[in-house]
Amino acid sequence: MIEQLLQLIFNGLVSGSILAIGAAGASLVWGVLRIGNFAHGDYMALGAFSAFFFANVLGLPLAVATMLAMAIVAIFAIGVDQLALKPMRGRGLTSVFIVTVGISFLIRNTLFISFGAGARQYQIDQALVYVVGPLRVSPGQAITLFAMLLAIAALGWLLGRTTIGRSMRAVAENSDLAAVTGVNTDRLASITWLISGGLAGLAGVCLGLVQGTFDATMGAYTLFLIFTAVVLGGIGSAYGALGGGLVLGLTMEVSTWDGFAGGLDPRYKVVLAFCVLIGLLLFRPQGIFGKDRLL
Amino acid sequence: MVEFWLFVLVTAGIYTIFSLGLLIQFGIAGLPNFGTGAFMAVSSYTMAILVVQLELPMLVAAPLGIAAAVLFGLLLAIPTIRLRADYLAIATVAAGEIIRYLALNLQDLTGGAAGTINMLGPGFAADYNWEWQRFLASFQQMLSGLLSFRVSTDLAFGLIVWPVALLLVWGVWYMVRSPWGRTLRAIREDEEAATALGKNVFLYKLQAFSVGAALAGLAGLFLAWQVSMFTPDDFRPVLTFYAFVIVLLGGKTNVWAVPVGALIFTIIFAGTRFLDFWPLSLFNSGDKAFLRLILVGLALVVLIVLRPQGLLGNKKEDALEN
Repeated sequence: MIEQLLQLIFNGLVSGSILAIGAAGASLVWGVLRIGNFAHGDYMALGAFSAFFFANVLGLPLAVATMLAMAIVAIFAIGVDQLALKPMRGRGLTSVFIVTVGISFLIRNTLFISFGAGARQYQIDQALVYVVGPLRVSPGQAITLFAMLLAIAALGWLLGRTTIGRSMRAVAENSDLAAVTGVNTDRLASITWLISGGLAGLAGVCLGLVQGTFDATMGAYTLFLIFTAVVLGGIGSAYGALGGGLVLGLTMEVSTWDGFAGGLDPRYKVVLAFCVLIGLLLFRPQGIFGKDRLL
Repeated sequence: MVEFWLFVLVTAGIYTIFSLGLLIQFGIAGLPNFGTGAFMAVSSYTMAILVVQLELPMLVAAPLGIAAAVLFGLLLAIPTIRLRADYLAIATVAAGEIIRYLALNLQDLTGGAAGTINMLGPGFAADYNWEWQRFLASFQQMLSGLLSFRVSTDLAFGLIVWPVALLLVWGVWYMVRSPWGRTLRAIREDEEAATALGKNVFLYKLQAFSVGAALAGLAGLFLAWQVSMFTPDDFRPVLTFYAFVIVLLGGKTNVWAVPVGALIFTIIFAGTRFLDFWPLSLFNSGDKAFLRLILVGLALVVLIVLRPQGLLGNKKEDALEN
């Protein structure tokens, strides 16, 4: 029973870290640019399929393929911003949302045409299991946990210790004040998309690794979990989203523990996430770490 | 061939109904809804479950389906409507995904991925639609007698859907011009000013969202009646996407442009499957379906970025500023 709990906590940390990295990128864009990116899930899918192309078709090592995939999504995100989102600055929330919805359909169906509708997988041994103490760890989980810890550390350093990161947090906190103090918002926008896109690409590859198989709808189906993590952490806060993702991943996995009166049927993990979201919106829309303020 | 285009016209009528719902929510009241498909799914699944599992007559089950869609709308709207538009948008995206997920996983109730035909488990073909089909058949017979030529099923269906759709267009047009509609537009433009004038902003928004949910629910019923079984995949987010394209084609507050937008959209969308010149001839029919969606996505982005007031809208009111 305790072993099951430890295993669930581990699984929760793995899936939670993916949600954390996905959500941190989405929340960063939301905070700095006031854009809710409804294509963020599809940015993840673009990353997963780019890495699939480099690793499985061109035969590059998975680590190299992942980095190339991150670069591709980052460049793509900047390109989309320049072409479609930059002209929309100042045009209000909802119309920007709809543009990103249009972009999500563009990406998803381009992936369908390019890679077909069948399920894909990376060339890692899906049957292999490492036994670490009481835990059973799949290679995909091991890679994911390593990559995610690295990404979380890098993002923490970037936001906390560099000028760029400080400007981002300043803009997210109060954009007028930041502009007055001389933050170059145009350059900041591109850097924000660079980071958000890169993280989305990485999260997509890891999601593909942990799921085992994936198709072009993978991002669309994950988007609402990403957004739930964003709300958990408080919309616009990248640090908050990291925490929100981990909390959401852990909650969903641990809820299935037998110790909780037999545990939740794993099929209803996603329903639990939905209840968490509605509950948050009702009682704590500023997120679990957020300050009490009017929204 | 005539049958195919009649089917497309029926579909355009159904699209008119749910796009009207989005027009009220998004265009008039400024409430983004990215889960129109979910509301349709809630109502048609509720209807089918009540008919098949509880053996209720259609005349009871259908209104209860619409009621379920409205209740679901309230569940999303009550926590989020007071907050910034982001939160409602997130809630509706989540709703779309959760309804699809539930329909897939509550197999005993919904039939799961195999669709409503599987509702009573394997070995039984569940049918929710016999009452509607009997009604449609008698209507078809009556029309054939009246017009003295054989009226096809699709034509009969169209002669039900389109009068209903146009009646609703008129009703919505009337509502939008009424004091109720003017208040909603005032709220959309300046919430604080409307509050200062003593309007209960929360209640008005809730009403607008519920009307939209009810219209989506009705459209969901028609979609279910048009076929004899449906699966969770029939209510993909893509329906929401169509609704946005249709509403934006006409300008987001232009009520009479909705049926026009729905006709233009469905006819072009269905018509592209007959285009077979280079480079389209390079794609097989499955890929063409994806290609169509890519082009629609592109059209939506270009439309909003370059022509925010829509093709037919007036710049003063319809420009997408909020």
